[in-house]
Amino acid sequence: MVTKQISVFIENRKGRLGEILDVLKGNSVNILSMSLADTTEYGILRIISDKPQEGKNALAAAGFSAMLTEIFILKVPHTPGGLHNILHAISEEEINVEYMYGLSVDGENASIVIKTSDPEKADIIFAKRGIETISFCKI
Amino acid sequence: MIWSKEETLTRADMEALQLERLKETVARVYEKVPYYRAKMDTIGVKPQDIQSLADLSKLPFTTKQDMRDSYPFGLFAVGQDEIVRIHASSGTTGKPTVVGYTRGDLETWTDCVSRIACMGGASHKDVAQICFGYGMFTGALGLHYGLEKIGAAIVPSSTGNSEKQLMYMQDFRTSLLVATPSYALRLAEVARGLGIHPEKDLNVKIALVGSELLTDAMREEMHLAWGRDVMITSNYGMSELMGPGVSGECLEHCGMHINEDYFLPEIIDSETGEVLPAGEKGELVITCIKKEGLPLIRYRTKDITRLFYEPCACGRTTCRMENLSGRSDDMLKIRGVNVFPGQIEEVVLSIPELGPHYEIVVEREGYTDKLTVRVELNKETDSFAELQRIEAATRNKLKVVLGLDAKIRLESPNTLQRFEDKAKRVKDLRKV
Repeated sequence: MVTKQISVFIENRKGRLGEILDVLKGNSVNILSMSLADTTEYGILRIISDKPQEGKNALAAAGFSAMLTEIFILKVPHTPGGLHNILHAISEEEINVEYMYGLSVDGENASIVIKTSDPEKADIIFAKRGIETISFCKI
Repeated sequence: MIWSKEETLTRADMEALQLERLKETVARVYEKVPYYRAKMDTIGVKPQDIQSLADLSKLPFTTKQDMRDSYPFGLFAVGQDEIVRIHASSGTTGKPTVVGYTRGDLETWTDCVSRIACMGGASHKDVAQICFGYGMFTGALGLHYGLEKIGAAIVPSSTGNSEKQLMYMQDFRTSLLVATPSYALRLAEVARGLGIHPEKDLNVKIALVGSELLTDAMREEMHLAWGRDVMITSNYGMSELMGPGVSGECLEHCGMHINEDYFLPEIIDSETGEVLPAGEKGELVITCIKKEGLPLIRYRTKDITRLFYEPCACGRTTCRMENLSGRSDDMLKIRGVNVFPGQIEEVVLSIPELGPHYEIVVEREGYTDKLTVRVELNKETDSFAELQRIEAATRNKLKVVLGLDAKIRLESPNTLQRFEDKAKRVKDLRKV
């Protein structure tokens, strides 16, 4: 099952991240995980939250370039090779991973955020292979 | 509709009228303005030396510096008792330039603006909202009286408070908008933010834009923002000469008709001062041949354009000037290359993922000039590769157009400053 992630364009400028977090806080949007790669001038901040639609709307209203992106949150067995098996399953079907980042570690499982080149197809493969996806509201 | 009969004179009749007015003006300034008399005496020219329009080139130029030197009233050709209005330019550096009008000048001015309003499709049926700053700036009052004269209902809303502007537009069914191109775009942006669709929910059919360049790309942006069917024309003027009303575009969109029975145009080479033949590009020089208060002789506008004299399909026979390609004093010299902000604007507007607002920053690092163009991202994306592609496409296009490497800074929407009057898009931080 796909989940929505908030993707925000962010300039590398002092206080800019704080402004984004401020908007989310002001709208009671809780952040579960986020990812920001280092770049010189600008980047894309990716946020998993409990209320992606509200969060995206609030950011757009505050003048940010924000959108929702379809990603998966996958439960990964907390054992060596756990992630490898999952990636193998989708690469066999010619689906690419555009980016991924961690979300949580909880006892026997970890969970990761993964953006694929073909969410629709990936969804079917995950279901078929018994790879568990987590919806943001269940976390 | 063509407002005045002077707009359709034959070339011979126009030239006869111009010569008569030129001779009268030169004789008057020689007599009444000591500053001009001294200038003419220095180069040995007398009013009687002006016997043909070609003799115009014997006269000295007037520059903005001359106006500053004679601040505030030194170039006026009438006593203060005959002046009924005073305006001044913004004067970003030093003293402003001051202009004075007699009662007759105000009538002339109104006539000039009525003409350009008609060229742009205005009529007595229009509700005209004037979003230029009222005050010392000539733009607002110039358009105000010219549009009122043709019978339009004037909404003198001035600048600022875009939400209230939009409320007037909705409630008064404003059909004609007077604004700078950048403020017209800003208004559309604010409207959309309020859930108002400019094309469907508003009644704007005509836009008379001025006080900034209207490039083809900017016109296209205006159509995207305000609708395909809005008639957009640009008009031209400057306070030193009168204010708006020197020239205006008709609905044929092929240059701006100069009110040449009032403003005698020439094109010169900016560097040498030499007069260039019709059709060549250079600096526009204007002689005011029917002004009483401040009749400037050969005023150097610093605007770069070309003139053409073929009669227009609209029926007017007046000389046309090409839409401006820049100002000679807006020209930036970056690493020895001449750059006009308009060229950068064309590139920015041609990239669909970028918004119409931009800022040009020029700095010096060591001995090298550095050009940075700040632009707003117009499209949401989750792909860093796409951002890099947009940046590279913009940089490559600028390189082709300017022959210069520029750094592109992508910014979030609404980050760059918006302007209600003339937009200031260039920041030259180089130490002179």
